Amino acid sequence: MMKVYVPRDAAARALGADSVAAAVKAAAPDAALVRNGSRGMVWLEPLVEVEQNGERIAYGPATAADVPAILDGTSTLKLGPVESIPFFANQTRLTFQRVGLIDPLSLEDYKANGGLKGLEKALTMDSAGIVAEVTESGLRGRGGAGFPTGIKWKTVAEAKADQKYIVCNADEGDSGTFADRMLMEGDPFCLIEGMVIAGIGVGATKGYVYIRSEYPDAIEVMEAAVDLARKAGILGKSVLGSSHAFDMEVRVGAGAYVCGEETSLLNSLEGKRGTVRAKPPLPALQGLFGKPTVVNNVLSLGTVPVIFEKGAGFYKDFGVGRSRGTMPLQIAGNVKHGGLYETAFGLTLDEVVNGIGGGTASGRPVKAVQIGGPLGAYLPASKFDTPIGYEEVDKAGGLLGHAGFTIFDDTVDMLGMARFAMEFCAVESCGKCTPCRIGAVRGVETIDRIAKGDAAGIPILTDLCETMKDGSLCALGGFTPFPVMSALTHFPDDFSAAKEAAE
Amino acid sequence: MPESTRISEIIEGQMGLEGPLLPIFHALQAEFGHVPEQALPIIAERLNIGRAEVHGVMSFYHDFREQPAGKRVVKLCQAEACKAVGSDALAARTKAKLGIDFHETTADGRVTLEPIYCLGLCACGPAALVDGEVVGRMDDAKLEAILKGAK
Repeated sequence: MMKVYVPRDAAARALGADSVAAAVKAAAPDAALVRNGSRGMVWLEPLVEVEQNGERIAYGPATAADVPAILDGTSTLKLGPVESIPFFANQTRLTFQRVGLIDPLSLEDYKANGGLKGLEKALTMDSAGIVAEVTESGLRGRGGAGFPTGIKWKTVAEAKADQKYIVCNADEGDSGTFADRMLMEGDPFCLIEGMVIAGIGVGATKGYVYIRSEYPDAIEVMEAAVDLARKAGILGKSVLGSSHAFDMEVRVGAGAYVCGEETSLLNSLEGKRGTVRAKPPLPALQGLFGKPTVVNNVLSLGTVPVIFEKGAGFYKDFGVGRSRGTMPLQIAGNVKHGGLYETAFGLTLDEVVNGIGGGTASGRPVKAVQIGGPLGAYLPASKFDTPIGYEEVDKAGGLLGHAGFTIFDDTVDMLGMARFAMEFCAVESCGKCTPCRIGAVRGVETIDRIAKGDAAGIPILTDLCETMKDGSLCALGGFTPFPVMSALTHFPDDFSAAKEAAE
Repeated sequence: MPESTRISEIIEGQMGLEGPLLPIFHALQAEFGHVPEQALPIIAERLNIGRAEVHGVMSFYHDFREQPAGKRVVKLCQAEACKAVGSDALAARTKAKLGIDFHETTADGRVTLEPIYCLGLCACGPAALVDGEVVGRMDDAKLEAILKGAK
């Protein structure tokens, strides 16, 4: 029987995958249609795969009208075996090993491709052993902060409490990042498995995935997967028949960017305003409802199963310096070949932007790349020899964050982007601390002054950024100076009065 | 069924959850298209918290509406990756065409226009969410075709 894959990933659907899937159903009612996750080559979406003799042949970007020719193999959209496409073939897929490969909601597919092996291994280990394995792997928080995951788990494991929680931060609000979304839509059981292992490791019996409301597809897939996992005994009073209990719920955010910050996320889960909490106390000791809580990003938890499946040593062998393992890079914005590319740490920025990404979609020169979302720095071409690693990007004055790379061509006005960073911070500030709440508003005003040709605004803006950096409670106010100051430092022409006069 | 009875019923449906306030707002909005003002004192009573607290939480989050939206809800992504591919200009043209700004509804109640900050469609922008459905590489023609039905 013919098997046809049409992704149900939001990016594929946004580009017409549903109508392609409907056309496949109409043209070949007997074929098995699988709505898989995305292979991550967004410029080729909707990417249709037809399985022949055990090989999956890719066609894309497809429309409904292309379907008959795709099904009889004559379509000019033919790209050959999907895993031979260079963008895909050159990756090291560990966290994303199953995304795009399997039916996201088929436990059978999941198990046939390494799923649950990590959990089965973890069930043979004690709490200290599980935590040690994660520490040994070198895994660091993939949400942006890069804190060693094993150390966080150890703190929670050693805390004494009647209830502990695992909270998955799936409030991926940073523009230019979409790896969390793709993992949840393409391999939801992987995240569930990671959360169960975390629960067993630290002694938590309850988990929450806090997903932003802007991700309706991820919410739908995760909710369905949690139900299936519960029915299959992966979740519940006895995880896979063991003496361990773990269950979890999907919770939906409500449009507040700041809730991606872990303490405001916890407040939001508790039914409060999503304001930031001062630390200490650490969430690891007093987190959700005051109980010891592991708060980890989707990618951190989603990487846990493969670490247990293949061993900490295997994972640790990838990477550069203190950045161990692989990172799903997200290449976005004005880019020719945009999408998700998982690889070991260590590629240079140039290899990502001009090599893998192929430069801009507009064909114009690259002017700036913003790394790590709205709170990350804009780097110019002169910094493109920077290797991709936490410390390495930090040294270049940037922030790796969630490893999103947003590419801009030479038409971008960097003063405008700096203004937007301040404006966004002003709108999204939770209001708890003054440097962020008031500083961001003053920042917008000061940048407007500079735009009108008042050069005296520049030292004021610089000083204001220092205050926000030093005095803000969380990364929203504390890191907004990154995009602002990097724009000012690297692209001074966009801030000069001469530019205004010339126009 | 009187609305207040239905409101109480919806609240009750979420009471088994830990921290049920956001799920309550979501459930009410799913049913009524907004969070009816009369629900706030009922929630306060049931959760044993102040009305100011309920209002404070609701107004903190961009998603919860005090008024019903227009027949169609168009959310245009205005975040960086979409700006890199022209979302500002698209928003400006859309506002001019509809004769409204962000957070407004056309006088005939046909379309509500809102900004949204990132749909995770950053490699196929400008992105939009129209009535809960994702749209990539949005342009004038696509938006017009989608809105045609909203008469």
